Amino acid sequence: MSQTNSIEVKNLTKKFGDFTSVNNVSFEVKKGEIFGFLGANGAGKSTTIKMLCGILEPTSGDATVGGFSISTQSEQVKRNIGYMSQKFSLYNDLTIEENINFFGGIYGLEGEDLIKRKKWVLKISNLNGKEKILTGSLPTGIKQRLALGTAVIHSPTIVFLDEPTGGVDPISRRNFWNLINDLSSEGITVFVTTHYLDEAEFCNRILLIDAGKIIAGGSPKELKEKYITTEILEIECSKTIDALTMLEDSEHFESTSIFGNYIHVILNKDSSEEENKKFINELLAKDNIEVKRIDKISPTLEDVFITLLEKKN
Amino acid sequence: MFTRIYAIVKKEFRQIVRDKRSLVLIFFYPVFMLILFGYALNFDVTHIKMGIYDEDKSELSREFIKTFNSSEYFDIVKYIKTPDEVNHSLDDKSIQCVISIPADFSKKFYSKQNIDVQFLVDGVNGNSATIIMNYVNAATLGFSQKISLDIFAKAGVNLVRPINIAGIFWYNPDLKTTEFLISGLIATILIVICVTLTAVSIVREKEQGTIEQINVSPVSPLELILGKIIPYIILAIIISILVLLLGHILFGLEIKGSIFYMFIGIILYLIACLSIGIFVSTIADSMQVAFQLSTLISQLPTNILSGFIFPIESMPAPIQIITNLSPAKFVLIILRAVVIRGTGIETFWQQYIYLIIFSLFFLTISLIRTAKQRRTV
Repeated sequence: MSQTNSIEVKNLTKKFGDFTSVNNVSFEVKKGEIFGFLGANGAGKSTTIKMLCGILEPTSGDATVGGFSISTQSEQVKRNIGYMSQKFSLYNDLTIEENINFFGGIYGLEGEDLIKRKKWVLKISNLNGKEKILTGSLPTGIKQRLALGTAVIHSPTIVFLDEPTGGVDPISRRNFWNLINDLSSEGITVFVTTHYLDEAEFCNRILLIDAGKIIAGGSPKELKEKYITTEILEIECSKTIDALTMLEDSEHFESTSIFGNYIHVILNKDSSEEENKKFINELLAKDNIEVKRIDKISPTLEDVFITLLEKKN
Repeated sequence: MFTRIYAIVKKEFRQIVRDKRSLVLIFFYPVFMLILFGYALNFDVTHIKMGIYDEDKSELSREFIKTFNSSEYFDIVKYIKTPDEVNHSLDDKSIQCVISIPADFSKKFYSKQNIDVQFLVDGVNGNSATIIMNYVNAATLGFSQKISLDIFAKAGVNLVRPINIAGIFWYNPDLKTTEFLISGLIATILIVICVTLTAVSIVREKEQGTIEQINVSPVSPLELILGKIIPYIILAIIISILVLLLGHILFGLEIKGSIFYMFIGIILYLIACLSIGIFVSTIADSMQVAFQLSTLISQLPTNILSGFIFPIESMPAPIQIITNLSPAKFVLIILRAVVIRGTGIETFWQQYIYLIIFSLFFLTISLIRTAKQRRTV
C-alpha cells in the first residue's frame, strides 16, 4: 500500500448468480479525503461498501483498506474501519449511554478509554447531559449524529457512510456535513455514498457508478469541466411536462431534463444562446405554453450525472 | 474477546429487562402452564362415580357393595331402581360405571353356583375404562377370596393361599401422574421460552438492521452467539427454579435425587434449546416467521415425541428413531430419574452426552449457515 492511499481497489467484482452487481471496479481513495461514491439505487454502491467493510466476500479481485486485504485480512480491516448505514443502527430501547457503551464494548473499549471516547461521542452529537434518554425518542437528525459518533467510537482511520443522510431534513443534513468535514480534518478518511447530488459538491473527489461499472471520476470541478462543454439554459414555463416532451421531440438539444419545476436543456456545440432562446420561445408558443424566463446557468453535478447516463443509453 | 462478549450480554440483559410486557409474559407463561396442566391434565383415576343396581338387596350384596365404597377409587353416587335408569344415568354422565347385582345373587351363592355380576363402564375414554375395569376385577377377586376363606374357616378347614402377590408400585407408590407430568412440563416450558426468545431476539436485530453494525465490528459469529446465549441461560435457570418451587408448593413435588446432577442436565438441555433457537434465526427473516417457526419446532415434538405424554417404548421403531429430534426426550429421562426415582448419575449420564451432541450439531449448522450468508447476502 502506498503512503498516501487509504483504500486501493483492484478489479473488484461481485456476482449474485447471473447478476453482476459490481463489475471489475478499480479506484483509490487518498488518506483524509472525503470520497463520494455516487450512483442510482441498485448501481452497486452498497455491495461495494459491504465488500470493503469485510462483510461480503468478493467474487474476484481484491482491495486493501487501511493496508489490509479485504479477502484475507477481513478481521484487521474491521478493527480499522467505522461503518454507518441509512438505518442508523442504534438500539431504540436502550438509552444513549447504553448504546455508546455497547458499541464501545464490541470494539473492545473498556475503562478509561471508554469513558474518554464516550465523552467525545456525546460532545460531537451535542448530547451532553442527555445520557439517560431513550434513543428511540430522539429526532432523526440527532439520532444520525449519534450513529456517526458510535460508528467512529474506536477512532478508526477510515469511516464508511452508506447513504447517511436519507430521510433527514436539510438543516440536519448541513450540520451532518459539517461533522463529516471535522472528521476529515482530523485525518479520518470518509467514504460516503449518497444520491443527493448537491451533497456530492462537498466531496473532495467523486466516483460515479452505474450498473456496477465506474462511468466517471474526479473532483466536482473536474467533472463539470470535462463533461459539460456547452451551455445550459434553465427554462421556467407553464405546463412543464408538455414543454419537456416538445423540447425533447424537437431533437434540437444535446439533452433535456427536468429539475424541480424547471427544465434544463444542454445546448449543442456551435449554437448560440440567443438563437436557442428564440427557438424555444417559438416552439413553446405553438402550444400556447407561457415561457416565464430562460436563463443561462452554471452546470451542477446533477447535469453532469444526467448527461453521462443519457450518453450511455 | 471477553470485553466484546460482556458488552453483548449486558446489552441483551438491558433489553430483556426494559421490555416489561415480554418479561411479564416470560414469567407468567410457566405459572399458567403449570396450573393448567397440573390440575386439568390429570391421568389419575380416583373417585370414579359409580352407580349400583341391586336387585338382590341381601346382606351379602350389601357386603359386596361395601368393598367398593371403602376405597378412594369409587364413590357410590346413585342407587338405581330400574334397568332403564341404568342407561339414562350412563347417558347423562351422572355415573361412569354401574354394577348390577342379579336378584338371585345370594341364592346362587348359597347353592354354590357361579354368579355373574354385570359391570357396565363408560368406554369413551379407553384409558380410564381399562383402569376402572382393573380396579373392579381386583376388588371382586378380593371379595370372592375373602368369602370363600370364611366359608372354609367355618367348616373347620384352614385353607392356605398358595401364592400371594404383594404388588407395590416402585418409585411412584400411589401411581400419581402429577409428579410425572411436572418433569415433562419443565421440559416443555423451557424449550418454548428458550427457542422463541433467542430466535426472536436475533431476528429482531436482522429486521432493525443492527446486526449489520455488529457484523462490521470485530465481533465473531461465535462471540455473538455466546453473547446471545448467556443471558437466556441465566433467565431460563431462574424460570426452572420457579417451576420446581411452584411444583413443590402446588403439587407437593419432592426431588428425590441429586439437585446438582439435575441442574447439569437442565443447563445442557437449555443450551440444546438455545441452539435450536439460533438455528431458527438463520432461517427466519422476520420476527413473525421466527415466532411461528419457534413455537412449532419446539412445542410439537416435545408434546408428541419426547415421551412427555406418550411413552416412547410403545411407538413403532421408525418413530422411536425420530424421537431423537426432540432434546426434551433426553432431559425427561434425567428429570424423571432424579425427581421421581431418585437414582444416581449412573442411570442417566448417557443423556448428558446426547444433549451435548445435539447442541453441537445445531450450533455447527448455524455457524456454517451464518458464514455462508456472509458470502451471498
